[in-house]
This record gives sequence, C-alpha cells and structure tokens, in this order.
Amino acid sequence: MTLKTGVRTLLTVITESAVEESLLRDLDKLGVRGYTVCDARGRGSRGVRNAAWSASGNIRIDVVCSRALAETALRHVQARYYDNYAMVAYLHDVEVLRPEKF
Amino acid sequence: MLDIVVLFFIFGLAAGLLRSELKLPAALYDSLSLVLLLTIGLKGGEGLAQQAVLPLLPQLGLVIVLGVVQTLLAFAVLSFIGKLGRADAASTAAHYGSVSVATFAVGANWLTTRGIAFEPQLAIFLTVMEVPAILVGIVLARGIGQQTDWRGLAHETFLGKGVTLLLGGMLVGWVAGPVGLEPVKGLFYDLFKGALALFLLEMGLIVAHQAGELRKRGLFIIAFGVLMPLFSAMLGLACGLALGLSVGGVTLLSTLAASASYIAVPATMRLAVPEANPVLSLAAVLGVTFPFNILVGIPLYHRLALQFTGVAP
Repeated sequence: MTLKTGVRTLLTVITESAVEESLLRDLDKLGVRGYTVCDARGRGSRGVRNAAWSASGNIRIDVVCSRALAETALRHVQARYYDNYAMVAYLHDVEVLRPEKF
Repeated sequence: MLDIVVLFFIFGLAAGLLRSELKLPAALYDSLSLVLLLTIGLKGGEGLAQQAVLPLLPQLGLVIVLGVVQTLLAFAVLSFIGKLGRADAASTAAHYGSVSVATFAVGANWLTTRGIAFEPQLAIFLTVMEVPAILVGIVLARGIGQQTDWRGLAHETFLGKGVTLLLGGMLVGWVAGPVGLEPVKGLFYDLFKGALALFLLEMGLIVAHQAGELRKRGLFIIAFGVLMPLFSAMLGLACGLALGLSVGGVTLLSTLAASASYIAVPATMRLAVPEANPVLSLAAVLGVTFPFNILVGIPLYHRLALQFTGVAP
C-alpha cells in the first residue's frame, strides 16, 4: 500500500496561556480549520515559565494548513502579540496524510 | 500563636527560598482553589438563606465605591510618587483595588478559629469587589471608547473562574439552606482548613519565586506593598463601621480592602493592558502584600476593629 501524502505547513506558536482564548479566536477568524493546544513549560528571555500555577503557564499551539494561510497567521501573530507577550512562533513543512483536510 | 495554616505558608516560603525540589502538581493547586472558592460561596449562601437579601443592595453600592476609590488612590501614588508609566501604574492599581480570595480565606479562618462571627454578606462583598477595580484600571490605562474589546473583557471578568465559582456556590448554598447542605459539609466545611493549609503551602512556594524580582525592584515596591494595604484597611474599616458590621465583619472587610488580587486581575490585565509589565505588579502583590496581610495584617485589622467598634478600650 502506498502512502498518499502531501506537503503542508505546520505553524507552531509557544506563548503565555493568558492569550489562549484570544489567539484561538483570531486563528478561527483567519480561516484555520483546526489546531492542537497543549500546556507547556520552559525558559526564555522572559524567565522561567514553569506552569506551577495558571498565571505562569505557557501553551503550545500547532496548526497544519496551507503555506499562504500559515504566513498570514504568522504575520498577524507578529503584529498583534509579539511586542507585549512572551511568544515564539515558527513554520516548518510537514508531510501529512489526507492533505485535502488541511 | 500563628494559625496552623499560616505555618504551612511559612513552610512553603522557606522551602522555596532554600530552592527545595518541592513542587505541587498544578492540578492540585487548581482543585484546592476550586474547593476554597466553592466553600466560601456555600457558606455565604447558607448565611444569606437565613436573612432578607434586599437590604444588602445599598451595602454593595458602598463596597463598589470602596474598590473604585482604592484603585484611584493607588494609581495616583504609583504614578506621582512611584513615577511608574501609565500602563504599569494603572495595572498595578487595579490589583490593589481588587481583592484576594486566599487572603479572605485566611482572614475568615483566623476569625472562625477564635470563635468570632462575621456577617454572611462578606462573601458577596468578596465577589463584588473583584470587578470594579479591573474596569477602573482599564479606563485609567486606555481611556474610554478606544479599541478595547469590552465585550470580551466583560466576559472574562464576570464569568471568570473565581466569580463563577463564588456566585455558583452562593446560589447553591442559598437554595439548599443549612439542612440541604448537610450531606456535602464533610467535603467543603470539614476539609476547608486542610485544603487551605495545602493551598498556602503552594502559595509559599509561589511567593518565594518573587524574591529575586523584589531584590531588583527595590524599596519603593516594598514600601508600597506594605503601606497601600494599611491605608486600604483603614478605608475598609471606615466602610465596615458605616455599614454597622460586627467586629468580625469589620475585620474581614478591612482584610478584603487591604488584600490585592493575584489571579483574576493579572489574567484580565494581561489581555486588556498588555504593555503593562506583569512581573512588577505580581512582585508587589505576591512578594509583599500577601505575606504582609496574612502574617501581620489580619491580627492588626482585628485589633483596630475592636477599638473602633468600641468593644475594647
């Protein structure tokens, strides 16, 4: 059986859990069809984010979509959140099954 | 003698300062705060079931004014004496105008341990006082009418976890009444002290994390973190006397006024005033004001309440 995969773009955003709802709302508006969110902890320029209690928690959002949409979303995220929130975002190409789903 | 729950706080604080490996699971912290909020709500509701509710409405008005005045005062001090920027001053002021459920719980526990009664409407005061400071803080930072997402913020403020649990608990307690609450008292009432002790252990750890920040921020934040609650407590005391509350009620309203929020307000301010530095306000609230209130403040406010209500010479 051959695997029928296609290339899509994975957008990953790691940020403060405080902005989860607002960020997900933005992604919905931009036309993203689905995402995965998980709790995260780590360390960066804004110190240790250890998720010991809700206010110091991070989240990581993964979105698989077309390159164009991923770039639009990344641009939006940069304009709206980068100045004031702890945030890291990056794109990478991924091969997915059922590419038409994304 | 320090209350047993306060000893747990000191234990957590010491463990944190010594950089112990001790870490409580985040889910436990969430569960404990859920139990505390619900219990406070239930007890308030149970008390309210036994009295008329309508006469309380004007009292709520006064308590809201108290929250607003505190926020404005804190803002003035932070911007003119502290020379903080507008966003930082407004955000920190909102923390101080609002209230801390944990401080309230320690205060209520302090009174109950000593057999001092307080009015059930204090639980409503707690709920009501969370909100006005947030709105005033946002207006101070932003002005009215600019592109603030008021609908989203209102949702966040009025339907946040804290307010929902407090109001929900109060409604359940009010509908059920003392008899109806009997079956769940084991979980909520009897375990309250244990839950509070564990919760304060975690609070000690959280407060210990602020030590580094405090060293950087210096004297002004420490002075503000101690003087602002003292001043707010006096306002709360005056309010309590004006409302004709009992000694326990006046003590607890002073405690409420002196307390500063570290859950609801930081979360909302983070969204509404993102350019404000959250580290600054949390260092003051958690690093200074919270420990000050539970270690020194509550017994002090009680002594003042005794004197001003004329019970003690």
